[in-house]
Amino acid sequence: MTNALKNKLIDNAFKVFGIICTLFGLVILGILIFNIAEVGLTRIDWNFITSLPSRKAEKAGIYTALMGTVWILFLTAIIAFPIGVGAGIYLEEYGKKSKWANFLEINISNLAGVPSIIYGLLGLEIFVRAFNMGGSILAGSFTLALLILPIIIVSTREALKAVPSSIKDASVALGASKWQTIWNQTLPASIGGVLTGVILAISRAIGETAPLIVVGALAYVPFAPSSPMDEFTVMPIQIFNWVSRPQHEFAVNAAAAIIILLLITFMMNGVAVYYRNKWQKKIKW
Amino acid sequence: MQVLEKQQIMTGSQKLIEEKKTIIEARDVNVFYGHFQALKGINLTIKENSVTAFIGPSGCGKSTFLRCFNRMNDYIDEFCLDGEILIDNNKIYWNKIVVEELRKEVGMVFQKPNPFPKTIFENVAYGLKIHGIKDKTYIEEQVVKSLKDVALWDEVKDDLKKSALALSGGQQQRLCIARTLAVEPKIILMDEPTSALDPISTAKIEELLFDLKQKYTIVIVTHNMQQAARISDKTAFFYMGDLIEYDDTKTIFTNPKQEKTQNYITGRFG
Repeated sequence: MTNALKNKLIDNAFKVFGIICTLFGLVILGILIFNIAEVGLTRIDWNFITSLPSRKAEKAGIYTALMGTVWILFLTAIIAFPIGVGAGIYLEEYGKKSKWANFLEINISNLAGVPSIIYGLLGLEIFVRAFNMGGSILAGSFTLALLILPIIIVSTREALKAVPSSIKDASVALGASKWQTIWNQTLPASIGGVLTGVILAISRAIGETAPLIVVGALAYVPFAPSSPMDEFTVMPIQIFNWVSRPQHEFAVNAAAAIIILLLITFMMNGVAVYYRNKWQKKIKW
Repeated sequence: MQVLEKQQIMTGSQKLIEEKKTIIEARDVNVFYGHFQALKGINLTIKENSVTAFIGPSGCGKSTFLRCFNRMNDYIDEFCLDGEILIDNNKIYWNKIVVEELRKEVGMVFQKPNPFPKTIFENVAYGLKIHGIKDKTYIEEQVVKSLKDVALWDEVKDDLKKSALALSGGQQQRLCIARTLAVEPKIILMDEPTSALDPISTAKIEELLFDLKQKYTIVIVTHNMQQAARISDKTAFFYMGDLIEYDDTKTIFTNPKQEKTQNYITGRFG
């Protein structure tokens, strides 16, 4: 066998290996979705979405959990967006290269790796007890906001970094202050990237269960929350609750709820991808 | 006879420059990046409404010196300046100076055209807006005037709402000059403004400099010696952080006093 032929063989072998690697996750996700859809798709109707929880599986719905998830998402976004983006801007644009900045950077990366249950315990101690929020939506939102802050900070920094320094130079050379430059040039040019990061972070928060259980989200809430101080449950907890019931009908409910949860996540990711593409198309340096 | 006449005209215009007001004055300027000394005791004065060219091989400190005039070096870590730079008799490295105000007076055009990813109109209006001007008619007037001053108006007057990034490189650079003119600076610093452009665009910008000289003081860093000879009244030759020679452009290019200058302009090094 000639050398060229051998190289070609290796080339092709790796290509096949790469395709298998790429498909591995997708195929398993596909099987999972198919499985769930088979069980749960027929259970989804308007009643299922608008019904309160019940002891009888056929009467039970996801309304309280869905509203809890929407509330949590909304509040988490409101809390995490300004803090995360603000910290990202500070670290990228104001923070000078120093030991202190290095220390901050390393520890923000560390924060991203802290297990979510630890955040839950932190939230329990600080928001639920010290700030006396109880097991409320607000306490849960603050806890999840803490959890996704590192993701938002890192993605904000990446987006800001992608703005060429020539643009900042041009602005500063005209006599713009640092803040004017950030507000008028750097942020508008990077907002697509910033938003993408925020949306992806929030879509991660949707699926979080452990920290909310610790903070005090309940498995059974009879009424949909109507204020940030109300008790709540969220979709993943509702799903977990149903799955742990012995009756088969509840497993069907769980499958149906999973489909809806997945739909929400995919939709948010879709929005994030759309924004990213739109942003990339708009700005070509 | 003809030669004599020409000489008389030349000396006449030179005399005029010497009589003009000093607008930039550097007194014993030393610049350090950490332990590296980038500029060594530079003394130099620049007169109003003149074009001054800084030439020299890469790394000689000419760009560093240019960026001292609008304090663009402030953002470089470990940058340290010793000595004094006066613009309009104000010490610009005095710590009570408002840097933003200084940069309004001392505009800058960069090597690579760097328009904002906004419309043509917004690019020119930006400087006015950040300095708090809200009068819309005034802003519009300034935009039109600035675009006319850089001979770009006829090319873009129907496309003011279009993205500046759609313009050609030469047009973008003229837009960047217009953007600088809009805030009515006294001095315009140009850091190799034509090195990324084709010869036709370069010629247009050089032509522009002759007109701009009537209203502004221009300091230009260039690697192109013909360009320095064509457009400038005075030329400063830098080498390894030293100002080797500073004189009328004609003298520098025809009768330099220093051997290093002679060697550089004849292309023996650099």
